[in-house]
Amino acid sequence: MFRKSLRGGVHPTAHKALSNTSPIRRFPLPQRLHISMQQHLGTPATPVVRVGDQVLKGQLIGASQGHISAPVHAPTSGRITAIAEHTAPHPSGLPVLVVTLECDGRDQWQDTLVVADPYKLAPEEVCVRVGAAGIVGLGGATFPAAVKLGLSLKTGVDTLILNGGECEPYLTCDDRLMRESATDVIQGALLMQHAVQARQVFIGIEDNKPEALQIMQTAAAGTGIEVRAVPSRYPMGSEKQLVQQLTGKELPAMSRAADSGLLVHNVATARAVYQAIVEGRPLISRVVTLSGGAVTHPGNWEVPLGTLASELMNHASGFDVTPARLIMGGPMMGIQLPNLHVPIIKGTSGILALTSEEIQQKQPEPCVRCATCVRSCPMGLQPLEMAAAIRSGNVKAAASLGLHDCVGCGACSYICPSSIPLVHLFNYAKGELAAQTRARQKMENTRVLAQRREERLERQAREREALMAARRAEAARKAAAQAAEEQAS
Amino acid sequence: MLMSVLPLTLLGATLGFLLGVASRVLKVERSNVAEEIEQLLPGTQCGQCGNPSCGAAAEAAAAGQLPATFCPPGGRAVAEAIAEKLGIPLNLSGVCDEGPKVAWVDETLCIGCTRCYKVCPTDAILGAAKHLHVVFAEACTACGKCEDVCPTECIRLEPVKPTLQTWTWSQPALLS
Repeated sequence: MFRKSLRGGVHPTAHKALSNTSPIRRFPLPQRLHISMQQHLGTPATPVVRVGDQVLKGQLIGASQGHISAPVHAPTSGRITAIAEHTAPHPSGLPVLVVTLECDGRDQWQDTLVVADPYKLAPEEVCVRVGAAGIVGLGGATFPAAVKLGLSLKTGVDTLILNGGECEPYLTCDDRLMRESATDVIQGALLMQHAVQARQVFIGIEDNKPEALQIMQTAAAGTGIEVRAVPSRYPMGSEKQLVQQLTGKELPAMSRAADSGLLVHNVATARAVYQAIVEGRPLISRVVTLSGGAVTHPGNWEVPLGTLASELMNHASGFDVTPARLIMGGPMMGIQLPNLHVPIIKGTSGILALTSEEIQQKQPEPCVRCATCVRSCPMGLQPLEMAAAIRSGNVKAAASLGLHDCVGCGACSYICPSSIPLVHLFNYAKGELAAQTRARQKMENTRVLAQRREERLERQAREREALMAARRAEAARKAAAQAAEEQAS
Repeated sequence: MLMSVLPLTLLGATLGFLLGVASRVLKVERSNVAEEIEQLLPGTQCGQCGNPSCGAAAEAAAAGQLPATFCPPGGRAVAEAIAEKLGIPLNLSGVCDEGPKVAWVDETLCIGCTRCYKVCPTDAILGAAKHLHVVFAEACTACGKCEDVCPTECIRLEPVKPTLQTWTWSQPALLS
């Protein structure tokens, strides 16, 4: 089949060998867990427990709020000791509501709902159960998985694609997961296929993971799932790029994969779906890559959600040298952490501690218009033009140049010879546009509110007038009656 | 020949005359531009621009008597929209955009006098006589009318604190 070759992309040094050689280890239960109520994209969950409550492993502690949200469950049994604000694992460092769970060490499960034959469940029921298990996109975007599945079921999906690209340097959690739990991932994929009634399933794995590729191909034999190698090039693990590589379809600008009859999920999400439906286990832990030049013993750990990143680091490794930068996620799209006193959340694919040689921070210099960023942009945008527009304060011009199609992959910032923080500029502009939209929305609401108030005041004045008129009429009638009586007597 | 030209000429002349009369008699008093500008304004009639209502302010702006930045609660977004509509240059240096604000009631000082919620143009304050008043942050436009009427100075405008949902990246410092 004729396939358009992918445009753009960069080849950062992978550094995968640091952490992909040893098996995933299980992190022992810490004394306390700090479970964030905002571990997903959308509205935060609301705590449904009180301080002093005893909870069992897998019990609901945060209920989802609104359409796009996800519930949160207790990663172990214990007592709730606090519900308070704690620094969020977020670039802003703003506080987030956190439920503190003091572990009792028994790790006692609540009664779980085990299904004998999950394929007998209605597709809608599978979506509901995935939602109730609090599953979100584990690739890092943390979009609630059930919302995606439910929408796809409604609009109809032809192809389900599992993303095993893992194109970010350093990260190997999906690689190890595919090697060690291949059958779970395949079962999860089949369940998701059932949930959205997709015709075919592809799994795309970058060719720098030959072991995972081979194990997955063996596991998928006879299931109808096609496991394919995709070339290693950043950002191959991005939804749009992976879709184009596997199906030859380029997604139109300003559209999502679902609009073209496609659904993309991460391999770790598939495994979480398998665990939720077949084992009745909600999403309460995840595999986290611990890596970077400053880390003594890099590796992958299955960590209960709510463990502090500092506890993981202290237990697992410690530092060789003082790290120059701490990152949650991958080095290209992850977020910089001021310190490690933040809890692990559903989207934490890795904790990286990088040395100053690795980050090679340089002062930004003026743009020389070499257009290397244009060649590297996987979305076919012109980062230098957009950056120039944003720097001159014209965010709208940047939007008309296609800012909304920027996936924020960081390829342009990585390749820029002048070290211009292009993605930072784009993130700033996207935030500015979002703020403008919010302001417009508020203005609309204000106008409606002001109009309703005017109407209410007018109505009240009319009613008062009518009441007064009625009273006057009543008084006049009484006076007339009295006069008539007097006349009669 | 004449029989075909004359009726058409007469018809044209009559209709033209009628149109001319209509344009005088049925003339719209306000210009469309003023109306369009009024659509851009918050419509809370707060009076901070010095005009009695948003409609009057829009007319003054359309007549060129006001700069594009006349509406304080509208802030930068409205100023930009008005400048674009009127095609006039926009000088934002005069606007001290301190970011969004919201009214806030000091619970220890509020005496429940109901004055603030009576003047609120968007019904953003809830309260009753001798009961504590509260502000609906989503509906508050920070017009400041409540601040002016409060007898105990317990209501004031506070900057809106960013949350995880509304936080955005700041502009990176770069060499120009």
